[in-house]
Amino acid sequence: MRFDDEPVNPGEALPILPGHASPGRLERVLRAGAFAVTAEIAPPDSADPNEVYERAALFDGYVDAINATDGSGAHCHMSSVGVCSLLTRRGYAMVMQVSARDRNRIAIQGDVLGASAMGVSNILCLTGDSVEVGDHPEAKPVFDLDSLSMLSMLRKMRDEQRFLSGRKLSVPPRVFLGAAANPFGPPLDYRPHRLAKKIKAGAQFIQTQYCFDIERFSEYMKSVRDIGAHEEAYILPGIGPLASAKSAEWIRNNVPGVHIPDPIIKRLKSAKDEASEGISICVDLINKLAEIDGVRGVHIMAFRREHRVAEIVERTKILGSRIPWHPGVASGD
Amino acid sequence: MLEKLYSRFEWLLVKADPVLQKIGYEKLDRPFAGVEKVTKGFLLDSQSCGQCIVGYTGLSCPMNCPKKMRNGPCGGVRPDGRCEVDPEMDCVWVQAWEGNKRLHANNYPIQIVQPPVDNRLLGHSAWLHELQKKRQTISGLNDDAV
Repeated sequence: MRFDDEPVNPGEALPILPGHASPGRLERVLRAGAFAVTAEIAPPDSADPNEVYERAALFDGYVDAINATDGSGAHCHMSSVGVCSLLTRRGYAMVMQVSARDRNRIAIQGDVLGASAMGVSNILCLTGDSVEVGDHPEAKPVFDLDSLSMLSMLRKMRDEQRFLSGRKLSVPPRVFLGAAANPFGPPLDYRPHRLAKKIKAGAQFIQTQYCFDIERFSEYMKSVRDIGAHEEAYILPGIGPLASAKSAEWIRNNVPGVHIPDPIIKRLKSAKDEASEGISICVDLINKLAEIDGVRGVHIMAFRREHRVAEIVERTKILGSRIPWHPGVASGD
Repeated sequence: MLEKLYSRFEWLLVKADPVLQKIGYEKLDRPFAGVEKVTKGFLLDSQSCGQCIVGYTGLSCPMNCPKKMRNGPCGGVRPDGRCEVDPEMDCVWVQAWEGNKRLHANNYPIQIVQPPVDNRLLGHSAWLHELQKKRQTISGLNDDAV
């Protein structure tokens, strides 16, 4: 899809519409009431820009924004700033993930100014996985901020045009602010309140942890609706294809915060082709999530299965006739 | 019980403020920080950040969180309520939420967004810092109120 006011050069920003925080495509799609699709790009263990372009192209025409992860799982990869810098030049709508684990308030504020200058319109504020779970467990954990104090700091930069210190900015970062949520982590009855607190701190969109348990997610969303939080932020539940029953069991036991119920694992086990069944499960779950009141899109985290994202979205029909912007749209491909 | 003791003690400190001021906060910081470390360390497992927020966290010291989170639990809490990083340890925020439910009806102070830690205060007296803040608020000098 093309907006009427598309710039000639895709790397240039769109105008900021009245009532919008950012010039970004994601905010436009969400505010227009469309069902949005975001997906996580795997940052390469490489300094080659082409690897980034190739990985992004897998999503062309199927996602509204791409999340660039920031050392996810406390593993070292190309930085989110680097990935965003490359992809914003081509016009992609990026969600730059910022983890509080590796950088302090001085570094983060500087990065966000730089990112906004490069055309990043969305920032996802994360506390981050602890260094112990990553490939450099001996590293110094920073945690100068947490996701909430980061949100309120960035909101201050944007809305009050000031650094956390109070020093004035001449041009603020025009960013749409996001946060993560895990509906499945204890204390379960606090999780909806935690979401509300993140919104209070500045979150405008929410991308959640993997939602494999629809029943429990529905209960969570009911509590979220009861406190009205679904009207104050765009909620995009996380989802992704599982490769096999074995890998699902491994994830369940080893990745902090991921909850996979038994029926899902059973369904994988009984399938002839577990990988294809993983895709089918993912399609089914997206269709179910899309029906839940308050869900405004989905966030696909297809770890090592990024090449199947287009197929998944295609099979769900959640986009209807809409084709999200991609560089090919600009050149008429 | 602990909560009552805490508010009673706060009242006492505010009353004693003119005297403390006369002696000078700087002179008192070390002995106060020492007393706090022993008492709060013993009662609350306090880590002496110098900007105590246990009044908001159901008396659970958030500085025991390996991620030093000041605003609630991360997404990695184990199904049994233990810490993602240290499986032997109860998540301080699971306890903070329990404390909030126990001590406060509906209006949960855990929902107040806490600013990031002022690293200059680590190891200093939180009580004196609190008094100073109160005094500045009264005289309209405080601009870092939450």
